[in-house]
Amino acid sequence: MSAINPELGAPDRPLRAARLRISGFFWRHRWAKAVLLLAPPLLAFGFVYLASLGALFISSFWTVDPFTTEIKHIWNIDNYRTIWDSGAYRSIALRTIGIAAAVTFTDALLAFPLGYFMARIASGRSRTFLFVAVLLPLWSSYLIRVYIWRLILNEDGVMNWTLGKVGLPHLHLAYTNWAVWIVFSYVWLPFMILPVFGALERVPHSLIEASRDLGAGGFQTFRRVVLPLALPGVIAGSIFTFSLTLGDYVTPLLAGGRPGTQFIGNVVYSSVGISNNVPFAAAFASIPLAVMAAYLLIARRLGAFEAM
Amino acid sequence: MIRIKRAHVLLAALAAALCVPAAGVSSGNGLPTTIGKGEGQLNLVAWEGYTQPQWVKPFTKATGCKVNAKYAGSSDEMVTLMRSGGGSQYDMVSASGDASLRLIYGKDVQPVNVNLIPDWKNFIPALKSPPHNTVGGQHYGISLQWGPNTLLYNTKKVTPVPTSWSAIYSPRFKGKVTVPDNPIQIADAALYLSKSQPALGIKDPYELNQNQFNAAVALLKAQKPLIKKYWALASDEIDLFKNGDAIIGATWPYQTNTLIAAKVPVKDLIPKEGATGWADTWMLSAKAKHPNCAYMWLKWVSTPNVQAQQAIYFGETPANPKACPIMNQLAAGSAAQYHCGASAAYFRSIKFWKTPVADCGNGQKNCMDYTQWQQAWTQLKG
Amino acid sequence: MEQRSTRWALGSWTVLVILFLWLPLGLIMVYAFNNSNVQSWPIPGFTTHWFRVAWHASEVRTAIWLSVRAALLATGFALVLGSAAAFAIARFRFFGRETVSFLLVLPIALPGIITGMALNSFFVFNHISLSLTTIVIGHSTFCVVLVYNNALARLRRSSPSLLEASADLGADGWQTFRFVIWPIISTALVAGGLLAFALSFDEVVVTFFTAGAQNTLPLLILGYIRLGQQLPIVNAIASVMILLTVIPVALAQRLMRDTGVVARGTAK
Repeated sequence: MSAINPELGAPDRPLRAARLRISGFFWRHRWAKAVLLLAPPLLAFGFVYLASLGALFISSFWTVDPFTTEIKHIWNIDNYRTIWDSGAYRSIALRTIGIAAAVTFTDALLAFPLGYFMARIASGRSRTFLFVAVLLPLWSSYLIRVYIWRLILNEDGVMNWTLGKVGLPHLHLAYTNWAVWIVFSYVWLPFMILPVFGALERVPHSLIEASRDLGAGGFQTFRRVVLPLALPGVIAGSIFTFSLTLGDYVTPLLAGGRPGTQFIGNVVYSSVGISNNVPFAAAFASIPLAVMAAYLLIARRLGAFEAM
Repeated sequence: MIRIKRAHVLLAALAAALCVPAAGVSSGNGLPTTIGKGEGQLNLVAWEGYTQPQWVKPFTKATGCKVNAKYAGSSDEMVTLMRSGGGSQYDMVSASGDASLRLIYGKDVQPVNVNLIPDWKNFIPALKSPPHNTVGGQHYGISLQWGPNTLLYNTKKVTPVPTSWSAIYSPRFKGKVTVPDNPIQIADAALYLSKSQPALGIKDPYELNQNQFNAAVALLKAQKPLIKKYWALASDEIDLFKNGDAIIGATWPYQTNTLIAAKVPVKDLIPKEGATGWADTWMLSAKAKHPNCAYMWLKWVSTPNVQAQQAIYFGETPANPKACPIMNQLAAGSAAQYHCGASAAYFRSIKFWKTPVADCGNGQKNCMDYTQWQQAWTQLKG
Repeated sequence: MEQRSTRWALGSWTVLVILFLWLPLGLIMVYAFNNSNVQSWPIPGFTTHWFRVAWHASEVRTAIWLSVRAALLATGFALVLGSAAAFAIARFRFFGRETVSFLLVLPIALPGIITGMALNSFFVFNHISLSLTTIVIGHSTFCVVLVYNNALARLRRSSPSLLEASADLGADGWQTFRFVIWPIISTALVAGGLLAFALSFDEVVVTFFTAGAQNTLPLLILGYIRLGQQLPIVNAIASVMILLTVIPVALAQRLMRDTGVVARGTAK
């Protein structure tokens, strides 16, 4: 055995002896290893992130002085009542959730055939090329990608110019919810493609062959074997597209702006970044928090966490 | 209970740091008497267009203070940025009248010694110690420039030339109108109503009782189908007019100048009902890390040369009338175009931004305060 | 094997989606040469002036350097914390295991603005002034989960008996790590690290609340977009970034593909 690796020998060397003792301790007391491994991330995480989140949501039960905008620690649920009573805030919340769902659905639809092609049909060379082609847009600035869509969707933009050339009427999509939907679908698409590709790649070929052997046709195999196995990948991708849309305010700010296009993120941002009303912002931000918590629970049931 | 401790600690620290309270103490108590050596850096919060290289580069060269500017699109953003990170992130802010008092009462800014700024003596009388930056005899900054919010229109597509703000409320330009995404816009609606519906009795567009406020909000709600986009960034409006999405709207002269330079056929004007406007002050943060560079900057931007450059670039009026002849040298006729050296009557005709508070100033305390303005604006935008 | 028509249909769909992804990027690259500083269609004329301006602008270089440092540090933290957490979750059963998993996903699942606000309040309360450190803390929160997921997925697919075998053969903990564990997870860490770096480099919302007066590249771009006067500089920067990252991304994909051997032992 020591011939294979000269290091694995002479247990009477002091450093190695120490290492062996430590390894032995951890082997016998598994929990110690777990604690040692888990402690740094948990501490760092719990202390900074979770504590600050908790403090933020506690502040949603307070108010601000209207003139100096200093936080007054008077416990009340006025913020929540304002949100509940107001038709405008309700419709903003529903619009955000609705468009997040639409974006998720669109991206799943666009990504799945692409993922299938990349995973199961493309050869090694083309697969590399496709992978790079999908991942590279993530490396160019998100802001610029959103901003360039204005050029495409403007009244005198690329889209209307092209439509005009083929004799179709102009579309007035700029700054509407349609524009926001298109831009969101565009920017989050790589986040959906990658997990879908990963999930489809992991479907063992032997299962498909077995299905064929049992007499299933192409579509049946797809529907009953491939699709259920790939679903966790789709759900995993949907976590990204849904949550990123739910909380974003930059895209609605740049690509939207028409009356009736505000997102939850815009209200939160204008409460915090503009009128310094952190309690109200925190109260309104509890909506995406609750929605995502529910979404994550469902996603975990469907096995998405394995596929991310 | 975390927040209680924080507030107490912060207030105590600020009270200790600021030995000058906001009312009735002789100047010189805690104020510097000379400008020391530059610290090499200056962090500013500014309106877009206020820190252009043409006057920032010479400043850095002369003083060694490297300028970092963060842009804000509304007074509220400025207040928030000044408070971020405990208040010491930025050294100065070019606050308009609706932010300056909030910063003063929130103890985010400190008084300055106007005697260290030689050009301050030359300022027009109305801007030497205006109520929006001078409280209890203490100067909380140096006035910079002022200007109106104007009506911008595409000369080819909007004929005849509009004369009234009613142009942005009429269905004639449906889907092609743009106004700022800023709660203070309610004051513009109130200003229009003060002339078009005198029965409402609006005297000051920032002091609105419930009835007047509701009328202004109703007008803005009726305007919604006409709006293409509420512009939040200056470049938004530039894009809207350049790409044919909007042909009329409310603007700052900065956008007008940029569009004309990009050869878009636009012009702006002040309609017959008058205009809201802004008078900006460079204020010094209570916890500024680079106060010497800050004072050097105050000196620099008050000089006639820089005042003239900035006035022409942004399209605003300098506080220092000695800039007027220089403006005419740089761009013929610009002094008159931007009302440099304008009469006191013109100055008074602009309804400068100020923070709406519940105290109406006429003895009553039933005016709408700014939180209500902000809530109403968010809700009416949808 | 799929039918010919199916392959053809899927292939066309792929081409269309890739075009959809790249058309805007092509526009960005073309408009980096725009000789007007206002963006409109059609492009009025061409110039390389903006590349030179971007190259000489010190604030661009400062911002890029700050972004690179923040991304490297955040990715480093993410690699250490993420792999530690993945190992603990994969190998041990303990109370609260699922909760830990859930909590780690939270920063990426919650809107960035909530993370940003919460961290900003935390820093203000503890009188921590905003600097590179606070930016890195902010970025690490959502970078950890990217490494964690990849490492966890890889560990799940490998067999725990490998560790036992290594110990049986007399290796101590360090040697087991170096000769057994590391080859298994190294490419997962590369994949996770790459994604974490990309996300951190391009992040704007959380950074806005944790960065103070300095600008990372996305914050600088936001400033340029606000001004609207020098947009082609931004397009120029983006074009250069796209071209520069082709090679590392292609390399990374190769790396991940090659060691599919351990993972895909059952796949083929």
